[in-house]
Amino acid sequence: MSTGWINWFRFGSPQAFYPLAGRMMPWFAALAAVTGAAGLWIGFFVAPTDAQQGEAYRIIFVHVPAAWMSMFLYVVMAFWAGVGLAFNTRLSAMMAHAIAPTGAMFTFLALWSGALWGRPTWGTYWVWDARLTSELVLLFLYLGYMALHAAIDEPRRGDRASAVLALVGVVNVPIIYFSVQWWNTLHQGASVSLTRAPSMAATMLWGMLLMAIAFWMYSIVVVLGRARAIMLEREAHADWARELKEAAQ
Amino acid sequence: MIWKSASEFLAMGGYGFFVWGSFAVTAAFMIAEPLLVAARRRRALRAIHLSRGRHEATA
Repeated sequence: MSTGWINWFRFGSPQAFYPLAGRMMPWFAALAAVTGAAGLWIGFFVAPTDAQQGEAYRIIFVHVPAAWMSMFLYVVMAFWAGVGLAFNTRLSAMMAHAIAPTGAMFTFLALWSGALWGRPTWGTYWVWDARLTSELVLLFLYLGYMALHAAIDEPRRGDRASAVLALVGVVNVPIIYFSVQWWNTLHQGASVSLTRAPSMAATMLWGMLLMAIAFWMYSIVVVLGRARAIMLEREAHADWARELKEAAQ
Repeated sequence: MIWKSASEFLAMGGYGFFVWGSFAVTAAFMIAEPLLVAARRRRALRAIHLSRGRHEATA
């Protein structure tokens, strides 16, 4: 067939992936810096003051990208955990473990910025409504995934147990996303949708999308970096790790 | 330009605490995380280096 398969499996091994990830990281870091700087510039100096919320709405430029990444990273984490469970590939489980802390961080940041946005607009930092509660459940799923893996001494067994938890938890992601339609909630509906025009000014939308791209590129850099560290920890006795020039000093 | 002065920019129309509270904590996490990841990789490399030294010493 094609050589695509060969390359796929070649980079599926840690010794091939480790240097490849190291070469990719600076490019994604540069993309994150450029889109982040542009997004912040638009967010603070181009996007106009909101007619209803005044300047408080500018929290959107971190809140929505963080919330999007919290859900997206969970799905990617569960995907790699599932691949690892089905095919017993070493790299897949390492990728899933590399994603979890970053996903948990963005979930916390979405909750944090949401609380600081809720206070001036709704009059409260927190309500137990569907959107907020399901996002909090997402944070507990990330933390539970990490805790379960850490609690099992044998890494491969820990991979399998935590993968099952990650896969079961995927049901929470559509619940978060559709919660604003399914239940009465204080949280507003989606401002951006694929099926209709966005319900916000073009400059606000562009600032938000640029910040979302920046957070995405940032996540790639951090996840690749953490995956590299996990590979070294887990394969410390493998020849490829012992022969690394980086480990010489 | 939206802002007439730096103090007006920092005040964020009276919402400074909420806007800067969101951005500052987000920035702090997104600066700290890459540093922690880099430190974790250096630690792993150091451990490999040390175990390699022991291995060669006993061989």
